[in-house]
Amino acid sequence: MDITLLTRHSESEWHIEPHNGMRVPGVIYASEDLIRNMDHKVYEQVVNVATLPGIVKASYAMPDAHWGYGFPIGGVAAFDADAGGVVSAGGVGFDISCGVRTLATGLTREQVQARKQALADALFVSIPAGVGSTGHLRLDARQMDAMLTGGAAWAVKQGYGRAEDLERIEEHGCMAGAQADVVSERAKKRQRDEMGTLGSGNHYLEVQEVAEIYDVQTAAAFELRAGEVVVSIHCGSRGLGHQIGTEYLKSMAIAAQHYGIQLPDRELACAPLQSPLGQEYLGAMRAGINCALANRQILTQLTRNAFERVFGGADLDLIYDVSHNTCKQETHRTEGRDMQLFVHRKGATRAFGPGNTDLPAVFSCTGQPVLIGGSMGTESYVLAGLAESESRSFASACHGAGRAMSRHQAAKHWHGRQLVDELAERGILICSQSLRGVAEEAPGAYKDVAVVVDSAEHAGLARKVARLVPMICIKG
Amino acid sequence: MTTQFAEHPLTAARWEHFSHEADVGVRGVGPDMASAFVQAAIAMTAVITEPQCVLPQTPVEIACQAPDAELLLYDWLNALVYEMATRHMLFSQFSVDIDGTRLQACAWGERVDTARHRPRVEVKGATLTELRVDQGSDGLWRAQCIVDV
Repeated sequence: MDITLLTRHSESEWHIEPHNGMRVPGVIYASEDLIRNMDHKVYEQVVNVATLPGIVKASYAMPDAHWGYGFPIGGVAAFDADAGGVVSAGGVGFDISCGVRTLATGLTREQVQARKQALADALFVSIPAGVGSTGHLRLDARQMDAMLTGGAAWAVKQGYGRAEDLERIEEHGCMAGAQADVVSERAKKRQRDEMGTLGSGNHYLEVQEVAEIYDVQTAAAFELRAGEVVVSIHCGSRGLGHQIGTEYLKSMAIAAQHYGIQLPDRELACAPLQSPLGQEYLGAMRAGINCALANRQILTQLTRNAFERVFGGADLDLIYDVSHNTCKQETHRTEGRDMQLFVHRKGATRAFGPGNTDLPAVFSCTGQPVLIGGSMGTESYVLAGLAESESRSFASACHGAGRAMSRHQAAKHWHGRQLVDELAERGILICSQSLRGVAEEAPGAYKDVAVVVDSAEHAGLARKVARLVPMICIKG
Repeated sequence: MTTQFAEHPLTAARWEHFSHEADVGVRGVGPDMASAFVQAAIAMTAVITEPQCVLPQTPVEIACQAPDAELLLYDWLNALVYEMATRHMLFSQFSVDIDGTRLQACAWGERVDTARHRPRVEVKGATLTELRVDQGSDGLWRAQCIVDV
C-alpha cells in the first residue's frame, strides 16, 4: 500500500481522509511495515466500505487486513439502521461465524509428548476433515430447524458437551433472532451430513503448548498455565453458511439498485437494515451463526472423546469460543450517546473489554479472551479485550496472521511432503489428507503473526496474555 | 498463473487460474460465452484436483437464470459448488447452452475418491469479486471470478 495516501495519527493508526463519496474516514491499525506490505486492494476496499449508507464513525481495517470480498478481510464497520444503514452479505463473508475455540486440557507438555503420535492418530480418525468428509450426525427437517435456532445450546441438549460450556461461548452459545424459515432448503440440504466437520482450507484443529505467559493473573483466569497443553479448533458454519452467503449476495446485488444504493463494487452487495431483505438476511445469517456454534460444539465433544481414549480421565474445559465473520447488533457509545449498531466483523474478532455486561462474570475483570490463530507450524496467541478498544474499533481486534502470498504462489514455493517432514523435525505432527493442501497453507505463505499481534497491542485493540506453539495439527 | 488448453487448441478454448491474496481466481476463455463458461467450470475443478483424474461417468443436469451474464456465471459456478457438496462429486466435463439470461447445462463426473483425487481444498462459493464476462478485441470470450476456498 502506498503510505503517502494515508495520514499517520500514531505509530499504529493511519487514516484515509474522506474523498470520492466516503461518508466517514478509513482507519487502518497496523505498523508501518505491515501497511507497506498490504495489498493496495485493502486501501480500495476500506474506501469503498466507507461509502455505504448509514456507516458510523469510520471504516476500519485490522493489522492482519488483506484483500477480501467487498470488505477487506480484517474489516470492521458499524451501521445505524435509523440512518439508512445497511447489512452486507459480503461484509460477513461466505463462512458465516467462522471462528476459533480453545480448550484447556490440564495435561503438561511432557504428558502429551509421551503419547503424541497416538493422540494425533486418535484425533485424525475422530475429526472429519478435508474435502468430501462427512459427520456422523444426520438431521431431519425438525432437528435442522432446532439446531439453527438453538446453536451450541442445542448441541449440548443432544449430548455434545456440557451446560457449563455455554457461558464460554459468545452469545452464551445461542444467537438470538435466528430464523430457520428464511434459510433455504438448498442451504439445509448442503448441511445435511456436514455437522461436526472441520472443512478444508485454513481450518484446523491444533494441539498446542502454552509457551509463554505475558500476564499471569489474566492467564490464570483464562486457565492458561505455561507448559500446559490446549486444543484450538478453527472452523465455521460449513456448507449451510456458504449457501446462505451465496444466495443473499446475489439477492442483495440485484436489489441494491432498487434500494437506490450505489455500489462501487458489486461484492459490497447490501440491503437497508430496515428493508424486508435486510431483515431476512439477518435472520438467516444468525441461523448460520448458530450452525457454526453447534458445529464447534460437536467437534469439541469429538475432541474430548479422542483425549479420553488416549489419556483416560482427561478433562477438557472450554476456555472461550470467538467468531470472526459476523454482523451483530451491539450497543456502542458513539458521539456521546449509546447507539444500537450493527457491527460487521469480516475476519475480525470481537474484543469486549473488562466490565462489558455481555461477558460472563469470569471475564468481567479481564475482558474477553481474543483467540488469534496462526498458521500450521507457527504460533497462536491469546489476547484479552481492552475497554479502550470500544472507542477505537467498536471493540474489535485482528483474527489471525493474514495471508501474505496466494495459494498458487505457495504451492509453487513449497512441497507438501517436504513441509510435513520439516515440521516433524521441529516436533510438529501434521495430519492431512492432501499434501498439496498443506503446501498451499505453508506457514511462510502467511504474515508473521507475532508482528500482527504486537501491532494490535500497540494500537490498543487488545493486550497479549499468552503465546501458544503447535504440537499436532489436523489440517482441514 | 496456470494455463491449460482444452482438446481443440485452434479454438483457443482454455482455462487459467489467476492470483488473489487469500483465494484463487478462475478464468475460462472460449470462442463463445458458453465455451468460456465450460472452461471456467474446468478451472474451478482444477482448484480442487486435477480435472483429468475425474472420470465423466455420471451426468447431472443444471439450470440457472440471472438478470445478466455476470450473475449467470456466478449462478452457474455456484450451482456446481452445490452439486459437488450435496452429491460428494467432482466434475470434469461440461456442456452449456446459454439463451439470453437462461443457462441449461450438463456436468459429468464421479463421486469423490480421496485416495485417487487427493482433493486439496473445497470451494465454498464463487464470488462477485473480479466477476467479469466479456468479449475481448481478439473475439474470444472470457468468464472469470474469484472462488472462496
